[in-house]
Amino acid sequence: MSDFSTWDIVRNLLLAARWTVAMSVIAFVCGGVAGLALLFMRTSKTQLLRIFAHAYIEVFQGTPLLMQLFLLFFGIALFGIDVSPWVAAGLALTLFTSAYLAEIWRGCVEAIPRGQWEASASLAMNYFEQMRHVILPQAFRIAIAPTVGFSVQVIKGTAVTSIIGFVELTKAGSMITNATFAPFTVFGLVALMYFSLCFPLSLYARRLERKMNVTR
Amino acid sequence: MDYTFDFTSVWEYREYLVNGVLGTIRLTAAGTLFGIGVGILGAVARAWNMPGLRQIYAGYVELIRNTPFIVQLFFVFFGLPAIGVQLTEWEAATLAMVINLGAYSTEIIRAGIEAIPKGQIEAALALAMSRYQIFCHVVLRQALIKIWPALSSQIVIVMLGSAVCSQISAEELTFGANFIQSRNFRAFEVYFICTGLYLLMALSLRQLLASFGRRVLVRRAP
Amino acid sequence: MSLVNVSGLHKRFGDVHVLKGIDLAVKEGEVTAIIGRSGSGKSTLLRTINGLESFDAGSIDVDGERITTGRTDLRQLRLKVGMVFQQFNLYPHLTAGQNVMLSPAVVKKTDKRHAEAIAREMLAKVGLADRFDSYPDQLSGGQQQRVAIARALAMSPKVLLCDEITSALDPELVNEVLAVVRKLAEDGMTLIMVTHEMRFAREVGSQLVFMHQGRIHEQGDPRMIFSAPSTPELANFIGSVS
Repeated sequence: MSDFSTWDIVRNLLLAARWTVAMSVIAFVCGGVAGLALLFMRTSKTQLLRIFAHAYIEVFQGTPLLMQLFLLFFGIALFGIDVSPWVAAGLALTLFTSAYLAEIWRGCVEAIPRGQWEASASLAMNYFEQMRHVILPQAFRIAIAPTVGFSVQVIKGTAVTSIIGFVELTKAGSMITNATFAPFTVFGLVALMYFSLCFPLSLYARRLERKMNVTR
Repeated sequence: MDYTFDFTSVWEYREYLVNGVLGTIRLTAAGTLFGIGVGILGAVARAWNMPGLRQIYAGYVELIRNTPFIVQLFFVFFGLPAIGVQLTEWEAATLAMVINLGAYSTEIIRAGIEAIPKGQIEAALALAMSRYQIFCHVVLRQALIKIWPALSSQIVIVMLGSAVCSQISAEELTFGANFIQSRNFRAFEVYFICTGLYLLMALSLRQLLASFGRRVLVRRAP
Repeated sequence: MSLVNVSGLHKRFGDVHVLKGIDLAVKEGEVTAIIGRSGSGKSTLLRTINGLESFDAGSIDVDGERITTGRTDLRQLRLKVGMVFQQFNLYPHLTAGQNVMLSPAVVKKTDKRHAEAIAREMLAKVGLADRFDSYPDQLSGGQQQRVAIARALAMSPKVLLCDEITSALDPELVNEVLAVVRKLAEDGMTLIMVTHEMRFAREVGSQLVFMHQGRIHEQGDPRMIFSAPSTPELANFIGSVS
C-alpha cells in the first residue's frame, strides 16, 4: 500500500539523477586526464613505463568494476582514512575510465600511418614533439566518436557505485522501492532516466562515426 | 598503517570461493549460450527486414545498451513479480544476462552478416540454394568467424558484469566473497583474492574463446 | 674530405642480410644517384644515413660526426640530414606553410614570425609561394612533393636524401619535381637520391651507384657507366628499365 504519487517518485529520482550526472562528469574528465598520461606511458620507449601501463590496463579491463570499487573502498579504510562512498566511487570510476580511454586512444594513435612518424622524425622532432604536433592532432579526430561512445559506459558504471552506498539514481531507486513497494514502476522509471541520459550520447557517437567514415 | 594482512583466514573459507567461481562459470555459460541464440535471431530479424519484428528488436537493443545492467537485473528480479512473474535468484540472474548479452550480440552479429559481400549470396542463389540454406551455410558461419573477436570481448564483459548479480543473492563469486568477509571481517583480503580470481577467469575465458574460434569456427582442411 | 662517408656497412633484417658491406663517399655539392632493382637494399642504405634504420656493423660519418651502431640521439644528425619520402608524408591537418614551419619552430626554437618567413621563402623556392594556406588534400601529388622538399629544406640540411621521390607520382607530374631537384643541385646542395629516373641520373648526377643484392656493384661517372656498363647485372638492369 503506497501513499506516494508517481510524481513524488519521479521527483526524488530526478534529484538523485543529478548525482549520477555529476559523478559521470567527474569520472570522465579526471579519467580522461589520467588516460592521457597512461597513453604516453603505454606508447613510451621506456620499457618499464610500457609494462606498467599495460598491466594497469589489463587489470582494469579484466576485473569487474564492482571489485575495483570494493578494493578501493576497503583498501583506503585500512589506512585509517574514513572514505565516504562518493570519494571511493569517484576514484574507482576515474581509474576505470582512464584504463579504457587509454586503450581506445592507443588504437587511434596506432591508426596514424607510419610515414607521419618517419617524416617528423626526419625533421629532427623528439617523441613528445611528434605526439604533440603531428600524431595527437590527427588521432584526436579519429578518437572523438569512440570517446563519446565510452561516456555512455561511464554513466552506466555509476549505477554500480550504488552498492557501496553512493546515493545516485540506482540507489535512490532501491530506497524508493523499499518505501513504495512498487518495483516495477520505480525501476522502470529508473531505466527510462538512464535511457534518456545515454541514448542521445549513443546517437551522437554513431553520427560522429558515420561522419568520420564518409570523410576518409 | 597498522593493519596486518591475514590471507590465511580466507583460505579457511575457500569452498565458498570455489563454489562462487563455479557459480560464475555456470551463469556465464548459460547467459552466453542463450544470449548468442537471441543474438542470432535478432540479427536475422534486423538484417532480413522482417517488418514489425525489426522495430521491436531495434527498440530492445537500444534499451538494453543504454541502461545499466544492474538496473536490468533489479527490474527482472524485483519488478517482474509485480506483474506476476516470480523468479528465483538464479533464474532472474540468468535471464538478465541473456537479455543483456542478447542485445549486444544482435548488433555484433548483424554487423558481421552485413559485411558479407552480396556477390556471395547471389552466387549461392544462382546455385539454386534456398534462403535458409544460404543463411546456414554461407552467411552465418562466415559472419561468426568475422565477428568472433568482438563477440568474445562482449562475453568477457558480461562475465565480469555477473559480479553485480551478487546483489540479488545469486550464488556467484562476489556473493561468496561478501559472505566470507561478513564472517572473517577481512574485506580487503577477500576482495583482493576475488579480484585475482576474476582476472584469472577473464584471461582464461579469452584464451578459451580464441581457441574455440580458431579450432571450431575456422576449421580448415589440413 | 667527404661530407658523408659510409664504411663497411652491414645490416640484417632477421635472417636476411640486406646490406653486405657498403663503402660510399659523398663529397659536398655532389649529386649521388643510387639505382638498382627492388630488394637490392638501396632504400635501406639511404634510411641508415638519417637513422631511420639502425645497422649492425660498420660506420657512417656525416659532416665529421660519426654514427655508430649504438647511437641513440639522432636529433643532431637529423638537423644536418634531410629526407624526402616517396609517399610525401605531409601532415594532413596542417597547411603547406604550417607543414614547412613546424620543425623550425618546434625543434630549432625559431620564433614564429621568422619561421613563417623561412617557410614562405622555401615554398617560393619550389614554386609554390601562393599555396602557403592550402591543405595537402587540396594539392596535386607533384605539388605535395614539392612542399615536402620545401619542408626538408627549411631545416637547412647539409645533405638531402631523396627516397624515390617521383615513384608515386603520375607521369605528367614527375617533371615539376625533378625541375626543383635539378635547381637544388645547381645551387650546390649535396644530394643522395634513390631513383628510377635514369635520364635524370645521367644528366644531373655526379656519381652513380648501382646496387645489387646488398652490395655496390658498380660505381662511377653516370655518363660513362650508362654507355659502358662493366657488369652483366647492370647491363641487364639498364636494359630492363629503358
